[in-house]
Order: sequence, then structure tokens, then C-alpha cells
Amino acid sequence: MEATLATIVAAAAPLIFASVGETISEKAGVINLSLEGSLMLSALAGFVVAFESGNTWLGFAAAAATGAAFAAIVAFASITLWLNQIAVGFVLAILGIALSSFLGSGYTGKPGGAIAVPPLDIPILSDIPFVGGVLFSHNIVVYGSLILVLIMWWYMYNTRPGLALQGVGERPDAAFARGVPVNTLRYVYTILGGALVGIGGAAFTLDVKLGWSFMHTRNFGWIALAIVIFGGWHPVRVAVGVFLFGLLQWLALDLQSTFPDLTQVLPIMPFVLMIFALVLVNANWLRDWADRHPRWGNLVRGDAPSAIGTHFTAE
Amino acid sequence: MTPRSGEDVPGVRKAAVATVPLLVALGVAALLVLLVGENPIEAFRLILQGSLGSADKLSDTAMVWVPLTLAAAGLVITFAAGLWNIGVEGQIALGAIGAALVAREVAAPPIILVPLTLVVGVLFGIVWALFAGALKTYGKVNEIFGGLGLDFVATGLTIYLIIGPWARPGIASTSGTEPFPKDAWLPSLGSTRFSPLAVALTILAVIGVWVLLRGTRFGLKLKAVGKNSHSSYLLGIPTNRYMLGAFALCGALAGLAGAIQATGFHYKLVPSSSGGYGFLGILVVLLAGFRAAYVAPISAFFAIVAVGSISLTLRLDVDSALGAVLTGILVLFALLGTGVRSYRERKRSSTAPRAGPTEAPPVSAEQLG
Repeated sequence: MEATLATIVAAAAPLIFASVGETISEKAGVINLSLEGSLMLSALAGFVVAFESGNTWLGFAAAAATGAAFAAIVAFASITLWLNQIAVGFVLAILGIALSSFLGSGYTGKPGGAIAVPPLDIPILSDIPFVGGVLFSHNIVVYGSLILVLIMWWYMYNTRPGLALQGVGERPDAAFARGVPVNTLRYVYTILGGALVGIGGAAFTLDVKLGWSFMHTRNFGWIALAIVIFGGWHPVRVAVGVFLFGLLQWLALDLQSTFPDLTQVLPIMPFVLMIFALVLVNANWLRDWADRHPRWGNLVRGDAPSAIGTHFTAE
Repeated sequence: MTPRSGEDVPGVRKAAVATVPLLVALGVAALLVLLVGENPIEAFRLILQGSLGSADKLSDTAMVWVPLTLAAAGLVITFAAGLWNIGVEGQIALGAIGAALVAREVAAPPIILVPLTLVVGVLFGIVWALFAGALKTYGKVNEIFGGLGLDFVATGLTIYLIIGPWARPGIASTSGTEPFPKDAWLPSLGSTRFSPLAVALTILAVIGVWVLLRGTRFGLKLKAVGKNSHSSYLLGIPTNRYMLGAFALCGALAGLAGAIQATGFHYKLVPSSSGGYGFLGILVVLLAGFRAAYVAPISAFFAIVAVGSISLTLRLDVDSALGAVLTGILVLFALLGTGVRSYRERKRSSTAPRAGPTEAPPVSAEQLG
């Protein structure tokens, strides 16, 4: 039990970075649909730079820069050029996959042991029975993912800049009227979100799924996008979605010994279930229930930022 | 990509619009080839030679053009209805499964068997597309994510069939099923894969889509739904039914593409039966500016690059993903190009802000929520 939960917490780190990053840019009103490609290319960038330089953290920096660069293209295309965000994001997703296949072919199977993120037990806390093993015996990337969730939660709902972030995505006109530089903030948060996606990529190749292989992070970018919706654009619930997905993955792995015929099929099931969980989140009865019980309902309901996918211009 | 309202664009600028993205794409591809220490000119020559250089290669390129064009033609319909049918990959895969089912289980002379494989492939594609449609209209799941989920299911189903019930006797390998009986193979010319029937069906499909959107009441209403589904609904158009109709038509063409892939290219069911032509088809339609007439020539270019870069890998130490990089950069810069042009227009005429430059359906909050 303890070991299982610890595994799920550790394995969740890359997806938490990616889906919280995406949450930030969507909160600001910009959908970065390029995740499948930007996550994969930044995963490669992280591994290659760390491998060639021997420095793990340089790898993370390169990955963050790669994710930020993709996000910057999405931001420029949608905020300045008013292009369709989905179209540009989709093209970048396909392009990122292609680039990572092309540039990564020479790094397939290269050993990553020397550049893996080193384990780091937190003194005292890691000695607490059960909790210590689950939460405090990982590495700095895992701690970082958990701290990111808490910081974003606090930032979005309890600070003035966080309020401005929500305003930019919900009511850009009103935010602008109150002196909030809407488009500048959209640029900032989209690029910041992209950098977090990039860190998520490096967390795959330098920690959770060490090394590089063809299509190394296949489908994780798409699933991160789905989890943002599942989590109702709320950092903590998004993290819960990531842990739920991790639980499904663990179950799929565990069931392989019970159903050996389905060994090839079971790994796909968590992706399927996670997507169809969206039906549940959107179901009318759940929404009705949430409306009738606002106290608990706020835990399950979540609406997209009103101005998502639109461009803003000051009249 | 030429601009829709090209009144004030002189011919020279029009040509630049089309060639600049292509030059950028070729330039980036050339740089990447240099990066891995090979000669770009030689690489481009090998791409052309590998896709057009012999009767066999020309046939392979044509048989890649077929599913790509079919998928793209179908996607023109769903885009017209304002839908991002990301589930097209799964619809192709289901078409292949349907065709494989008939090819494996039915014994009949080719004159009956071949049409039957295609028809069942089409039906399977329609059913799969209607799932995505139902998820959107009744389950309120955005079609991008419903489609992705169904793509995952289709992949799982294909792999399950290949290693499970349809496994080759003795060896359950993921390389594919046993080849179909010859009676189920799509008739082809000589020893090549070239199937005149497949090419004819594809041309008919493109013309059909063009006519549907240009000259029919259904097409007009479909476009109304795509432009503004709420207003259309208020004006009495049953928007859900029109969206489902668009899904079904796209699923039919995608299913046909999958059936042709299975019975006319691989001659068996393989794990990646869609070949990625669904997603590539979306890029084709984006580059075509959502117009059916441009789909066929753009698909031809994409097919040449795709087939050529596979044989490129056999000759030079260059990864075959080069082709996908080239087409991706091309579409990206074409999109950015239209954006920059309308941005300049906006700056020049400081009148009321115009709508975004692409006709792609915008994503609204209701859709995602």
C-alpha cells in the first residue's frame, strides 16, 4: 500500500507539471493544444542537453526553454495574429512529434543513469511512518510538483495578481477597464505554462521514464489536456486527476499478470477511461447536484474560463 | 494558401504567399539534413526518386494519396460544420477492422467480396464517427477529447484483435494478422499496388464533397451550423442532426480509407492501420484553407514527401521523420502567413476589427466545459 502510493506520487510528477502548466495558460484564456508535441520535444531536449553536458539541471533548463518556445508561438499566433488557437496548437503538436523523432533517433537507448535526478529524503519528515514513505522519500522534482500545485492554488485564489489572471481569462474587458494589461499577461502566463510543460517533459526523460525512445511520451500530452478539463481548471483538482490517472495506470500494470492475453491492451485503458471520465464531469445530474449543494458542489464543478480561445482587443 | 478575399493582393504577392512557407519548410529540412552530416540536395533528390522514380514507387505514392485524400475530404465536411474531428484516426482504423472482418470471415468471388469489404469498412467508420458525435451532442464532451478517447479505443481494439482472436497461428506477434485471402485483395495493376478502383473512388469522393458544400441545401445549412450553431438552431436547423450527419459522412470516407489501406496496401490488418493519415489529413485541410478543391493536390504533395522520406532512410543516414517535419513546418508557416497578412490589413485599415483570418471553428467556453 505504502509502496504503491509512493509510486503513484512519484510517477505523477511529469503530468502534474504539464497539466498545471496548461491550466495556467488556459486560465489566462489561451489553449496551448501543442502539448503532445511540446512535451515530447522538451523531453528529448532535456535528455540530450543533460546527456551531452553531464548536468541534469541544464537539461531541465533546456526542456523549460523548449516548452516556453512552443508556447510563445501559440501566444504570438493567437494573441497578436488572432489565429485559431486549436489550429496552430494542433500543427505544433504534430511538428513537435516529428522533430523529436528526427532529432532523437541517435539517442534511443542511451544510458541515463549518470544524469538521473538524485533521490533526496527529507530529513525527519521521511521518518514519519507511512506518510514519510509516500510523500517525503522522493526527489526534488517530485517535491517540486507538489509544491507547484499548492503555490498555484494559493496564487490563483488568494493574491491580487492571481485575481488578475482569472480576470484575463474570464472577463478580459472588465479586467482591461480596471487597468490590467490583458494581452501582456496572456503572453506571460502562456509562456510560463509552456515552460512548466517543458519541465514536465524533462521529468519524464531524466526521472520517471529515464532515457529516450521513439515516441517516448506518447499520449501523455493529450492526456494532460484532458486532465485540465477533468480538473475543472483548478490546480488541486487537476492534481487529483493526475493521481487518479496514475492509479489507473498502476491498476492496468497490476492486472497484466491476471489477464496475460491483454498485456498489450491494458496499458491503453487508463487513457481511454480518463477521457470518458469527462462524460461524467459534464453529466447533467452531477451539475444539477452541484447546483443544489453549493458547499460540496464546488468541489466537483468547474467551468472553462469564459474567454478561453478568444482574442482580446482594446476598443 | 491564397487569401479568400484577394481583391487587393497583386499576383506577385499571391505567389509569395504560397511559396514563402514552402521555401521556409525546405530550408529547415535542408538544415536538419546538414545537421546529421548529409547532403540536402541529394536528400531531396532521393525523396523524389523514392516516391516517383519507378512504377512501383509511383503506385505506392498513389496508394498513400488515396487514404490521405479520403480522410482530408471527409474532414472538410466536419470542419464545415465547425467540428474538429480528431477521431478520424480511429475511424480509419475501424474501417480497416471492418474490411479485415469481411476478408477473413466471408468466402465469395472477388466481384462480391471486394465491394463488401469496402462497404463494411465504410459502415464501421460511420459507427465510430457517430460515437464521437453522440459524445459531443449528448455527452457534452468536446469532440477533440471524445475523438482522442475513441482513437485510443480503436488502437486497443486493433492490437487486441491482432494478438488475440486474429493472431497468426503459433506466433502472436504485433506485426499483423495473416495476409487476407487473395480474393479479398483490391484488384491492382500488374505487380504494383496501384488500384484504379481506389483512385476512382477517391476522385469521386472529392468531387462529391465539393458539390455537397457548394451546391446543396444540406451543405449550406451545414456551413450555417459551422459558422454559428446557436443562431442556426434558433432559425430552425436541427443542429445536432446536422453535426451527426457531418460526423457520419466523414466517418464513411475515413472508413473507406481504412478499408483500402487494409485490402489494397497492407493486405492484412496491422497495428497502426491508420498510418497517421487522419492527423496528416487535418494538416492537409488546414493548408487547403478548408476547401475541398485544394485537398487532392496538397495530399499528392504530402504523399510524395511521406513515401519519399521512407525510402530516403534506406539510402542516407537520415531519419524518415524528415518528411513529417517538412510538412509540419510548411503548414505552420502557411498559417502564420495568413495571420501576419490579416494583422497587417487590420493595422492599415483601423476600421472595425475583422474576424480571425482562418475559417477554423473557434472554440467556445460551452464547447470545452
